[in-house]
Amino acid sequence: MYESNLLDHYHHPRNTGKLEPADKHHREPNPLCGDVIEVFLKLDAVGKVADIRWEGSGCAVSQASMSALSEQLVGKSKAELDAMGVTNIEQVLETSINPARLKCATLGLVAVQKALQE
Amino acid sequence: MLDTQAIRKEFPILSRHVHGKPLVYLDNGATSQKPLAVMQAMDDFLRSHNANVHRGIYTLSEEATALYEGAREKVQKFINATSVEEIIFTRNATEAINLVALGWARQNLKAGDEVLTTEMEHHSNIVPWQMLVKERGIVLKFLPAKAAEGVLDVAQLDAFLTPKTKLVCVGHMSNLLGTVNPVTTFVEKAHAVGAKVLVDGCQAVPHLPVDMQKLGADFYAFSGHKMLGPTGIGVLWARKKILETTEPVLGGGDMIKEVTKAGASWNNLPWKFEAGTPNIVGAIGLGAAVNYLTKVGMENVWQHEQEITRYVMPKLLAIPRLKVFGIPKASPERGAIFSFWIEGMHPHDIASIFDEQGIAIRAGHMCSQPMLEVLGQPAAARVSFYLYNTQAEADVFLNAIEDAKKVFGI
Repeated sequence: MYESNLLDHYHHPRNTGKLEPADKHHREPNPLCGDVIEVFLKLDAVGKVADIRWEGSGCAVSQASMSALSEQLVGKSKAELDAMGVTNIEQVLETSINPARLKCATLGLVAVQKALQE
Repeated sequence: MLDTQAIRKEFPILSRHVHGKPLVYLDNGATSQKPLAVMQAMDDFLRSHNANVHRGIYTLSEEATALYEGAREKVQKFINATSVEEIIFTRNATEAINLVALGWARQNLKAGDEVLTTEMEHHSNIVPWQMLVKERGIVLKFLPAKAAEGVLDVAQLDAFLTPKTKLVCVGHMSNLLGTVNPVTTFVEKAHAVGAKVLVDGCQAVPHLPVDMQKLGADFYAFSGHKMLGPTGIGVLWARKKILETTEPVLGGGDMIKEVTKAGASWNNLPWKFEAGTPNIVGAIGLGAAVNYLTKVGMENVWQHEQEITRYVMPKLLAIPRLKVFGIPKASPERGAIFSFWIEGMHPHDIASIFDEQGIAIRAGHMCSQPMLEVLGQPAAARVSFYLYNTQAEADVFLNAIEDAKKVFGI
């Protein structure tokens, strides 16, 4: 699981920071481990993701997953994002996620999905 | 000294491999592994003696009753309780504490009465009391813990105890820090203001000699599965005098003396608190676990874990960027539980990397969020040793920390 790509995203997270003002914003904690990811989204005229920034703290799996995901989001619609799951994250991270860590890996995705619902 | 190699042979699971590596099981704070003697006792019951207890006028039922009540007697002797009437079988320690909350506390505490717990408690010795705050308007106070020293601030105990204090709750040994709390001091001071004392003994009974007469508490709760027994069986010990005047919480079969349409009268202790068919096979498994631990000797178990602590503690303290919580040295007030934090590595990542090497540890909040808050930590990694763990396994664990640090480039 701890392949170089995952560790690279963990040590050098992409698209971190805030968007102020943001069209959509959500803070998603994982109470089991204290991890937290906060996402800021700007949407284009048809509601697709135009820009994303995020901030967070926690384990390498949750933070690297969000970082890798953040590079895939621009241009995606709410429906496309809702259809995404852990397999998409495994693809962009180029590694498989242990079953015990699925919640870590999808924390950022859940944050984005919930942001778009708000 | 324990013959650890001989002991290990009696625990079948310890010879298995995980991810191609020999299993190193260091999550004994969560649950212990089981010796053959426990499995055989349960298997033998199910194969040869299975029947319901306290009912049948036939051989099997008499045997089942004798085995079930025999297990209770073993537990009574193990913790040196005055009589079997003081041993109530529950599902686990959590249920035992809840039984006190839902029974004795609900019947004796009124709005404004105070329950004193501590910041070091497991959630199971906090949440039942918070529920009574909501339901009954009792006042819940927390005795502070000292982060750096890893102990409760016992000097503040006098200030926290008032004439309104009706119950003091304290863990015998912390599941997060391994700290052994001075229970007898709590008992002495609590009794001086007329308060009862409830001890969460989940981490103590499996690891050190525990004697109800020496402790002098009023309620003592523990789980079978952390002391080599099966899951689903735990114990509430309480003083007979208190149990006699406490109404049962669950109604049903076995807990009654007589039922008419007008009402019911209660069975004798301890059955008054054991409504319905109990966990017979679980109790028998726990009885076998108690036999096993008695044979090994609890003082020997404790000395073995003290030895592990003396070996591990200085090595952990010497690792750069690693913080180990609790009493910051090997000490008779410290069990072989080591919770730690490595700067730059989340506990879940540590646990995953360890798992790849066959090492089972716990990561997260360990059901001790208030204590983690005192420590200023969102989570921790925890290793917890038992009688079958060896110094060689401690080395595997210590080397794995170095490997994990390399993976993360720190």
